[in-house]
Amino acid sequence: MIFGLHPLLLVTFLPLVGFLIILFLKAEQKNAIRWTALLTSLATFGASLAMLAQFDPARGDLQLVYRTSWLRVGGISIDFYLGVDGLSILLVLLTTFLTPIAILSTWSAVEERVKGFMAFFLLLETGMLGVFLALDLVLFYIFWEFTLVPMYFLIGVWGGERRVYAAVKFFLFTMFGSLLMLLAILVMGLQAGSFAWNDLLAQRQLFAQTQLWLFLAFALAFAIKVPMFPLHTWLPDAHVEAPTAGSVILAGVLLKMGGYGFLRFNLPFFPEASLQAAPYMAVLAVIGILYGAAVSLMQKDVKKLVAYSSVSHLGFVMLGIFAFTQQGLAGGVLQMINHGLSTGALFLIVGMLYERRHTREMSAYGGIWKVMPILGALTLIVMLSSAGLPGLNGFVGEFTILLGAFGSQVLNSPYFAGAATIGVILAAVYLLVMFERVFLGPVRVEANLSLKDLNAREVITLLPVLVLIFWIGLYPAPFFDLINPSVERLVALVQSMAVLAIH
Amino acid sequence: MNFETVLPLAPWVVFFPVLGIILNLLFGKRLGEKGIGVIASLAAGLSFGVAALLALGLTGHPEGGTYHLLRWLAIGDFTADWNFRVDTLSVTMMLVVAGVGTLIHIYSIGYMHADVRHEGDPARFRRFFVFLNLFVAAMMILVSADNFLMLFVGWEGVGLCSYLLIGFWFEKGAGGIANAQAAKKAFVVNRIGDFGLLIAIFLIFYNFGSLDFETVFAQAPQVAAVLPGVILAITLFMLLGVTGKSAQLPLYVWLPDAMAGPTPVSALIHAATMVTAGVYLVARSQALYQQIALAQDVVMWVGAATALFAATIALGQYDIKKVLAYSTISQLGFMVTAVGMGAAVAGMFHLVTHAFFKALLFLGAGSVILGLEHGHEHAAAHGSHTEEGHHAAFDPQDMRNMGGLRGKMPLTFWVYLIGALALAGIAPLSGFFSKDEILADASLHHPAVYVVLTAAAFLTAFYVARQLAMVFFGKPRSEAAAGAVESPPVVTVPLVILAVLAAVGGLLNFPTTHWLEKWLEHSLYGVQPAKFILSVALISLAVALAGLLVGWLIYGRKPLADARQPDPLARPLNGLFLALENKWWVDELYQALVVRPYLRLAQFLAQPVDQGVIDGLVNGVGNLMRATAQSWRRIQNGYVRSYALTILLGVVLVITYLVLR
Repeated sequence: MIFGLHPLLLVTFLPLVGFLIILFLKAEQKNAIRWTALLTSLATFGASLAMLAQFDPARGDLQLVYRTSWLRVGGISIDFYLGVDGLSILLVLLTTFLTPIAILSTWSAVEERVKGFMAFFLLLETGMLGVFLALDLVLFYIFWEFTLVPMYFLIGVWGGERRVYAAVKFFLFTMFGSLLMLLAILVMGLQAGSFAWNDLLAQRQLFAQTQLWLFLAFALAFAIKVPMFPLHTWLPDAHVEAPTAGSVILAGVLLKMGGYGFLRFNLPFFPEASLQAAPYMAVLAVIGILYGAAVSLMQKDVKKLVAYSSVSHLGFVMLGIFAFTQQGLAGGVLQMINHGLSTGALFLIVGMLYERRHTREMSAYGGIWKVMPILGALTLIVMLSSAGLPGLNGFVGEFTILLGAFGSQVLNSPYFAGAATIGVILAAVYLLVMFERVFLGPVRVEANLSLKDLNAREVITLLPVLVLIFWIGLYPAPFFDLINPSVERLVALVQSMAVLAIH
Repeated sequence: MNFETVLPLAPWVVFFPVLGIILNLLFGKRLGEKGIGVIASLAAGLSFGVAALLALGLTGHPEGGTYHLLRWLAIGDFTADWNFRVDTLSVTMMLVVAGVGTLIHIYSIGYMHADVRHEGDPARFRRFFVFLNLFVAAMMILVSADNFLMLFVGWEGVGLCSYLLIGFWFEKGAGGIANAQAAKKAFVVNRIGDFGLLIAIFLIFYNFGSLDFETVFAQAPQVAAVLPGVILAITLFMLLGVTGKSAQLPLYVWLPDAMAGPTPVSALIHAATMVTAGVYLVARSQALYQQIALAQDVVMWVGAATALFAATIALGQYDIKKVLAYSTISQLGFMVTAVGMGAAVAGMFHLVTHAFFKALLFLGAGSVILGLEHGHEHAAAHGSHTEEGHHAAFDPQDMRNMGGLRGKMPLTFWVYLIGALALAGIAPLSGFFSKDEILADASLHHPAVYVVLTAAAFLTAFYVARQLAMVFFGKPRSEAAAGAVESPPVVTVPLVILAVLAAVGGLLNFPTTHWLEKWLEHSLYGVQPAKFILSVALISLAVALAGLLVGWLIYGRKPLADARQPDPLARPLNGLFLALENKWWVDELYQALVVRPYLRLAQFLAQPVDQGVIDGLVNGVGNLMRATAQSWRRIQNGYVRSYALTILLGVVLVITYLVLR
């Protein structure tokens, strides 16, 4: 209990408090609105740390559970049911960590309709936290769809030139995926008489016959969100048009809802179907890794480049998840965090350049390291983290995933990991090309000569991310300590099913 | 010195350089160039001090030990720790890295003082020393690692430093971008090698259950007995990493371009230390390589082929540093051959002496370049006959612009001569002994390799003579060369120290005492006592002298008259010399075979596939929806009569159905 409130309730709904305060502020009070949003999100981060303090990392099961009856539909109870474990706690922390950073990045970037922007942003935070904490499937679905709305407006109102196209595409594409999931949720709930996660888990024998279809229904929704090849084309458009803060959250948190969904629902509910689907998912993951890297290299718009790099990076996550080994799964969870940090930071950097030059075409830059040495140095570190340089966070995730996939008995072939390892080479190619085009070489464009280096606020925006990049890279043990017990449980659960399936 | 007392100092070989980085980042701006240089040099020097203490500790406890610092990764049955291995092999590497490294730090204070002004950005002085300290830290992680994963951290870490330092003047070079591109090329080519090393690491883990050196090497014979194919795969994938880092065929192509980095970088990273990491890795992993004869043969032949191949290219180069770069590739080939044959001590011996004489040669070349830049600026300032166009095009590294520097820079000349003769393998300089040990081993077991290496040794002596003649003899062929002056003591003192080491380094494993062998046999697997074969020694000396003589006859007796005169070999060798000058067109070949096809593929995927097919399908579904809706909308026309008609039709259809069923 924190201030007499359950910690998960506090974490989830604290952003709404800020949202309400902002509603009562006048639109002209831009700074008051900004500070309200920032302080609220910081308080939420604090609350999530308090949640972490009460979390027992030695246990792999769901903790800090809050459950109360909410609705009754046709004799089936829909609960307001929250809980956290090693699969979700880092994602919750990532959300509360990135939100204040994203808000700080809008300080001078968003000048129009600040009130609406911040209001949507805090709504979005509550939605995302709800997704990671909800344990009732209907509640989960509500939060899941709920995140679409503020993001739709963030892209559609504060976005770039083709914002409406991008926003509609984002909305319809992801909505389409989740409808089948809703259907699957209803089928399961009606069959089992409950929508609660652990009730469904306990009764999963009920779905033994239909599990392949149910698996596919969930998987479609999650695969679009990840996004997995070939369902990724909404992402580049959404990113290019989204405002910086929107991109940070989109790449940093929203995509992770897909990977998390697989971990929370697909694997434990439908273990046999998951095992069956594993080689196909792994093929798509590996294609995503290589394809995303190749397409990324050809982009002229730096934001598109980073967007396609996400397709590649999240391919690693999916490969780790469907390797069904402890290393693969734990690496997959950590790599979601890593991608949130590195790609989030890359989008922040692109935003900082955009704010100065109002273009994202790489040809408009070149030689920026010379005029902006601080930004150059910080970008270098973030770029290397994204390229998986050992000693920084990205390597730890990629290495454990590849190691786990290499010896996976489910995939039963080292070629998946072997091909994915080529992605490590290709990542270096597109990232170094990006760094070269933007930061190296001579300054070719007159307007770049007078660029001002980062100000204190911008450095503060990036600094916390950099600290984590080094921390996870050099000493990831505390993070794995949080992840490992839950992953062990998950592996044991899936493996026990695999054994049953064979006998 | 008690081993147990000095062992906990081991991590400080890394911590001191890291401390240097932090101090320079925090206070460097206020301290100025002197302060920055002193801090960075002290950091490297203290690292050397720690290595020396560890070496002293090892004298009484030569089997060494491991210092556990921190658990790094632990997931399921996989663990990897930050463990520092202190044994005679790792400490030898530490001593070389920190020893040569410290000298090069000191040299850089003088060199970079001039260089940052010549390049027009004095503020970048600090960045250079931060990168240099970072390199020492990463290299120390590499050599002190006790498991393959920690080694990999250092392995890629030094690659990063290489990238940063090649591209140090990232806005310079041809088109303003050549340096940055050279840096990128180095990183990417090394990543291709690292791909191999990563696969090797995965294979090791799944077949040995661990990545710790001791555990893996102890099981090597048993695993090899059951799964020889696995050991072969491990060693060959590892070799791919070695060819990247140690610039061997087919991945050597990045090293010549790496000369875009400032000269101290070429000396430290691209000659003395980093590029030897591959040799170190194979030496360290002898327990794996010696299980499989085929693996050894492949390594040996890759090394021997590289030694000869790179030596031929060195003949046709005009850039003083490019000659040295190809020479480095060639000499690394000697080392790789040695560790491939199982003569790991000989390989390590050559690694150490090469570090001395090649660092000396690069720093000497740097001194020459400084001299020429000075002469060039002097001439330009006095505005004598320099034309405008000539000014921009002047290349202070082109040996055709040099000549006669013996008199202008006497100290540089003498130390350079020592380094050059050591490289050529003239007794009693260090290179003679170490190269001879490799040749002797080859002559006993692999006669074909022996012949190839001897041919490479001949070419080595030949291009050494060519370079000495073009740079130091004859008459100055440019105003810059005529106006060159000797470099300041901060530059020349490290040169003199290195010259002494290059001269007497042969004592380390002198044929009678074999100190290095007795030192390393505690940590190297399967060391066979080296044999000194007088006939081989005499032949190699004769070959070296012959090479020098032929080189002198062609280039020294009748020196080039002016900078535009073609190479005397260009006409008699005709097409062959063109091939040498163009480096056998290997870069062009890789462009055509790898780079351009990949770019075409990527373009194909990005445009027709991604935007066309995949996104086209998505938008197609959307458009289909819209089109369907459009056509259905026509039915909703609001006329009661058409609705009535529809209802009627429906009723008829239903009734027909009911009647006919």
